[in-house]
Amino acid sequence: MEKNQYLDMFIEESKEHLQAMNTHFLKLEEEPGNISLINEVFRSAHTLKGMAATMGFYDLEKLTHQLENILDGIRNGVLNTSAELLDMMFESVDDLEAMVEDISAGGEGKRNVTEIIAALKKLEEGAGLPSPQSTALQEAASTAVPEEQTIILDDFELTVIAQSEEQGFEALQIDITLQENCVLKAARVFMVFEALEKSGEIIKASPSVDELEEEKFENSFTVILVTKSSSEEVKSSILNISEIESAEVTKIFTGKIQTEEDKNADKEPENSVDEEMENDLPRSSEDSSRRQARAQSANKTIRVNIDRLDTLMNLFEELVIDRGRLEQISRESNNSELTETVEHMTRVSGDLQSIILNLRMVPAEQVFNRFPRMVRSLAKELNKKAVLTISGEDTELDRNVIDEIGDPLVHLLRNSLDHGIERPEDRIKAGKDEAGKINLLAYHSGNHVFIEVSDDGAGINKEKVLEKALKNGVINKGDTGSLSETEVFELLFASGFSTAEKVSNVSGRGVGLDVVKNKIESLGGSVSVESEKNKGTKFTVRLPLTLSIIPSLLVKIQEETFAIPLSSIIETAIIKDEDILSAHKQKVIDFRGKVIPLLDLTGYFDVPVSAEASNHLHVVIVRVQQKIAALVVNQFIGQQEIVLKSLGNYLSAVPAISGATILGNGQIALIIDCNSIMQH
Amino acid sequence: MESAAVKNEVKVIVFELKDEEYGVPVEQVRSIERVQHITRVPKTPDFVKGVINLRGVVTPVIDLRSRFEIEEEEYSSHTRVIIVSVNDTEAGLIVDTANDVIDIPAGEIEPPPEVAGGVEAEYIYGVAKLDKRLLILLNLDKVLNTEEMKELKQIEAHQ
Repeated sequence: MEKNQYLDMFIEESKEHLQAMNTHFLKLEEEPGNISLINEVFRSAHTLKGMAATMGFYDLEKLTHQLENILDGIRNGVLNTSAELLDMMFESVDDLEAMVEDISAGGEGKRNVTEIIAALKKLEEGAGLPSPQSTALQEAASTAVPEEQTIILDDFELTVIAQSEEQGFEALQIDITLQENCVLKAARVFMVFEALEKSGEIIKASPSVDELEEEKFENSFTVILVTKSSSEEVKSSILNISEIESAEVTKIFTGKIQTEEDKNADKEPENSVDEEMENDLPRSSEDSSRRQARAQSANKTIRVNIDRLDTLMNLFEELVIDRGRLEQISRESNNSELTETVEHMTRVSGDLQSIILNLRMVPAEQVFNRFPRMVRSLAKELNKKAVLTISGEDTELDRNVIDEIGDPLVHLLRNSLDHGIERPEDRIKAGKDEAGKINLLAYHSGNHVFIEVSDDGAGINKEKVLEKALKNGVINKGDTGSLSETEVFELLFASGFSTAEKVSNVSGRGVGLDVVKNKIESLGGSVSVESEKNKGTKFTVRLPLTLSIIPSLLVKIQEETFAIPLSSIIETAIIKDEDILSAHKQKVIDFRGKVIPLLDLTGYFDVPVSAEASNHLHVVIVRVQQKIAALVVNQFIGQQEIVLKSLGNYLSAVPAISGATILGNGQIALIIDCNSIMQH
Repeated sequence: MESAAVKNEVKVIVFELKDEEYGVPVEQVRSIERVQHITRVPKTPDFVKGVINLRGVVTPVIDLRSRFEIEEEEYSSHTRVIIVSVNDTEAGLIVDTANDVIDIPAGEIEPPPEVAGGVEAEYIYGVAKLDKRLLILLNLDKVLNTEEMKELKQIEAHQ
């Protein structure tokens, strides 16, 4: 029960550490001799091991432990960071990730790790590594006890000691060992504390008092006592208690205590030695040092459960609906005081909205950081060489978008590697670097976030695309000549274009870019592609900043109210009957020198006709990607921020409708999905 | 004793459709509402009348008469919308009137006859005879079957 409380934290932190390990291993691949990277990985592995042991995930612990040994070997120069070794490291991180995944999915985190452990062991033994495992093992068992009793004091404790010294007290470090067969260890500890507190004050215990009470130690523990009694008196008072094996009392002077800062300072020149010491440190002090380090950088942030933010968002959405209602009432009632108040409230809630939306923003890094690893292993699999450069990873996106965007991006990256980047020998022939470049770039622009995936590969072969589209029946023979380059590239996204002709593990398993496109469009975004032969290909994904509150234009179609998202609107216009032309039985209008189709929404949505036909038409010019069309409505109502709501499971797939919103008068208006209208 | 009684009885909400009495298990019913403004949703089957704003939740409503191919009637002050929830799907059922909650002893429920009240047998879970009343118990799983809706949509799309 108690464990559950920490499980979330464990999962979060494990993921962070695994990510850090991945990142550092990747860097290590570039700079094999960089000891500080090894140390970083070591630290992550070590923390992970400790956490896993505490939580009782023993397979996880075993594997990290073995990893640690290897890392130790590298650090001591016994092992070399060969490609083979790194592969194995990556493999073990994969295993670790799988276990953490399993745990977060509610599993036990069990996994058969014997094989990889054996392989790692072989590596280790092959190098003739000494096995200094006894201490590490003990430590890992979460009931760790330091063999050499180094105790670390923080500033506060140091001050206490210094002050007591001034007042004639002495600080004593007492290492107490209980007898092996001692049954009620906690009780003995209690008696020791009681005895000591008669003569002075205990300012620190290691393991911590809590851990001691829970018997989370083996046989020995250390306390620091501030007292006026002599060492001998203290010692004898402890030895009077039964079942005490030994008590070592040493005086400490503030000048000689190793403070955390000293320790950190030491660490720089002599990493390996200090790491060993950290190994042996009791958990409590390790925690405190970690906490302190974190406090410096992160004391102004808190972790908030995403559910709470969602609740906040939902409540705010309710407020936005009421705000709409109030705005309407105040307009109708012509009461200037009410109007003023409502206007003020609108401003405040506008600010509130941007704050709440901001709260839900997370940097794109969260999705991006798993890509270098993926590209690396994929390149290996395909016998290609590729370097992934990521920029703009601090660009922020709504949490919902982040959760959904991972898969489409993976798909695009895979696509670049598989179809874009050529084989090394072909690249050399073409006068390019042996290793292909893939760029992943994120940036904000207006109300949108753009993510670009570009490569310097062969580019899209227009003829091949046409050939394939013809073969798979995406287009007809007659169409081939009339398509522009952009339209040909768009075919890549057509459903039915990609078929499992050659099933590779990477891409081309029947699900193609159409899946990517659908996913992105379902998020209210769009994807486009540019390509130049032999220069490369660039996919651009455009996403809205947020998914739930969207600015839109409310229109009337006959007596029914609909909302059109502003993101797809170019402009509105009123046209005359005589402006309407006819081409191929399709009504069209001339829009700034371009002929665009005219679509009467009354007919499209089968709206019962009630308004008299007029010779003036209200049209909304919308654009989705390259396509422009004019939608005929009966009246423009105005611009409003609307809250996107789903139509519910029962009406999960209504064509051309992306959802609904509740208007100020409590009625529901449907939101028009311009993407799907344009496809017809 | 009480728990035994509970186990052997089914509590149902009773409603009327063209002089016939129907029942749905009370566990599946969220609330009973009066008819309010319905927003039509285009390109859906005829029996889907649209969506209503149910305290901030957009809820689809189905006309049960139309669903069971009984001739439709103008909504009156007796017309009710029964909000039901089955397998994560929420919907409102428009019925002529709804005014009773009764306990049916489990033993009184019989399997559906071939034809009952003009409603196809697959939508019916059982029939219960109580005194002189005949109660048709609906199988909401089937009534709210969205698979069937998708088929309908495809047929429409092909037309």
